[in-house]
Amino acid sequence: MRKFILFFVAGVFSLSLAAQDGTFSTLPSVSVKDLRGNTISSGSFENDGRPIIISFWATWCKPCIAELNAIRDMYPDWVEETGVKLIAISIDDARNAARVRPFVLGQGWEYEVYLDENSDLRRALNVNNPPHTFLLNGNKEIVWQHNGYVPGDEDVLYELVEKLAAGQTIK
Amino acid sequence: MKHLLFVCLGFSITLSNSLFAQEGDPPKSKGELHGNFQSDFQYYFRDPAIDPTGEFFPDERFLAAGFTNLIYSQGDFQAGIRYENYQNNLLGLPEGFRGQGIPYRFIRFQKDGLEITAGNFYEQFGSGMILRAFEERGLGLDNAFDGVRLRYSPFKGLYMKGLVGRQRLYFETTEGIVRGADAELNWNESFSRFQNSKWLITTGASFVSKFEPANNPFLNLPQNVGAYGGRLVLQNGGFSWSNEYTYKINDPSEDNNYIFKSGEGFLSVLTYSRPRLGVMVAFKRLDDMSFRSQRTAQEIDAQINFLPPTTRLHTYTLPALYPYAVQPMGEISRQAEITYTFPRKSFFGGKYGTTIAVNFSDAYSLNATFLDERPITDDPDGPTTVAGTQGYTSDFFSTGQVKFFQDFNFEIKKTFNKKWKGTFTYLNFHYNQEVLEKGVTHRDIFSREGSYDSQELLYIQAGVVELLYKIKPRHSLRMEFQGMFLRDIEYERTENRGDWVMALFEYSISPGWFFAIQNSFNYGNPDPDKRLHYTLGSLGYTLKTTRFQLNYGRQMEGIFCVGGICRVVPPSNGITLTVTSNF
Repeated sequence: MRKFILFFVAGVFSLSLAAQDGTFSTLPSVSVKDLRGNTISSGSFENDGRPIIISFWATWCKPCIAELNAIRDMYPDWVEETGVKLIAISIDDARNAARVRPFVLGQGWEYEVYLDENSDLRRALNVNNPPHTFLLNGNKEIVWQHNGYVPGDEDVLYELVEKLAAGQTIK
Repeated sequence: MKHLLFVCLGFSITLSNSLFAQEGDPPKSKGELHGNFQSDFQYYFRDPAIDPTGEFFPDERFLAAGFTNLIYSQGDFQAGIRYENYQNNLLGLPEGFRGQGIPYRFIRFQKDGLEITAGNFYEQFGSGMILRAFEERGLGLDNAFDGVRLRYSPFKGLYMKGLVGRQRLYFETTEGIVRGADAELNWNESFSRFQNSKWLITTGASFVSKFEPANNPFLNLPQNVGAYGGRLVLQNGGFSWSNEYTYKINDPSEDNNYIFKSGEGFLSVLTYSRPRLGVMVAFKRLDDMSFRSQRTAQEIDAQINFLPPTTRLHTYTLPALYPYAVQPMGEISRQAEITYTFPRKSFFGGKYGTTIAVNFSDAYSLNATFLDERPITDDPDGPTTVAGTQGYTSDFFSTGQVKFFQDFNFEIKKTFNKKWKGTFTYLNFHYNQEVLEKGVTHRDIFSREGSYDSQELLYIQAGVVELLYKIKPRHSLRMEFQGMFLRDIEYERTENRGDWVMALFEYSISPGWFFAIQNSFNYGNPDPDKRLHYTLGSLGYTLKTTRFQLNYGRQMEGIFCVGGICRVVPPSNGITLTVTSNF
């Protein structure tokens, strides 16, 4: 029995590795909360056919904050040039959840921010550690993802956003 | 094994379904399989300087641990498993994780507002003070339920949950059974007359009970223990005020020395936010609030609830050496924080803006009056015990005589120009070493001399300068300089590690590479043999969604962040390779 399971796991694992490369044809529908406590399904994230960036972060994660602060300074230009929308998903637990709204406003972020307190969306998207960034095309297909942040990553991300906005595919 | 078959069957059926669906007419939704993978491999060196007797040097010399998650989803259906293996678990993580298996598997489907999960699941009611099952890999914590959960929303704004199950305890489950129900009502979503109200109102209520057989010959232990709680969130404009209260009936356990006192928890957080300004004040009171599905469980095992800390979590290497841990047996804590961003082109903002954050928190014992112990035998003058008594009484609003922790810190973030950014942090801690590191209780300190004069507090100051220099596009250098200093008086009285300095240099090339080297020097250790350098080199490479990281050197215990990822690591000397991937 155990052998069977291991075989099964290994089989499925290799199959999926061959078949997929971190691309999702649909975003999983999981309930998250906005900063006012309203429940919203991740399936209803919308940007009228333009690209969406989904960034997993936490108030205790310095590289996450560095990334979102780096984007903050350029975000108005990004929106104007490509129509992109950044959705920041906080995975802060009960310890920091109440801190998120004052933190976000205090940093001057103009992103759409949601709370994923029970990490339901994080698990549905198999996020190991923040920061973790997903890029969705106009059809809300996840076409790219990246784990971690080093300065300059925001420029790489934006080049991809520009390609998507121009109707090109990225691979 | 039956469960596993069940899951595998579920997988096969849905896989074949999706295959068939793809061949036929255009399917409603295509099935997708995704997952992630992590493996850590660690080879240890014998290091007499940090471990003179070799007690921490593992017999295996080489340890490896890892996991793979697989989630299959198609439309409203989801199924998943996690395979874990520990050969054996890495140093500093719980040794209960040994061997390999599939401790996590579930099937879930959604229909007409109803969501059903069978198998393993994570859950949280309110702030988690009454129930929270979660996973914290860095700590080796996973108290997932194995059972059934229903979530139902009969109309927009009302969210109900019910669950029953046993909690994960390494590769087994606890003997105790947990039952829970929670309902949350968002008034503005539910009722049309509140739809355009300036006030936003959310109310919630929970009930949780546990059953664990008892056959203690001396104490009449309750087999069923119930807890209930309510919460209220009020918002108006920039203000938000959330409150939660939890009451637990008598729950004698190893944690509270088998006293029959009931438990209480209260948490209140008030925030004010507007663009560029955030303010938060918080108050928390815990009284006998440890709640586990196994009476004898210790540390992080079998916890039903999660008691949220109300102190700031520090992640810089040196300040992280003095973290605060919540005292479930009794604590009163307060916190206040202000974050403000000066606008660009203002006097303090400069060309690029400046962000400041000031934070204060403290934690004290309850103001408790200890009750008399009872004699163990029939002899009234014989030995006594607290087990079976009410233990103590406490005053709700006043803080107690033992100081656990205090933290004052401020942070200034400044962008100087296109090349240079800096973050400057000052921290000041009062740290009760006996309580936070040695597990000495409030009662112990009280009964020691009948006074509170002999508390072992450490007074710590620390400063951190973090600089980021953009050398050219995609090439950057990040530097940290840290210093942490104890007040002189502690050197004689307490066991402490004295003063530290630390420097870190991290060179990164976006998007693929980083190299880092850091050295922490414990030059002020009272023991000259322990005035050591902890040097650590790291190399990381990211290929699409796969990431490799190699560390070499001495590591202190603490939260360790490098190359953009944070995790909790144990003290050791060796080579570590970490591979993570998503697909």
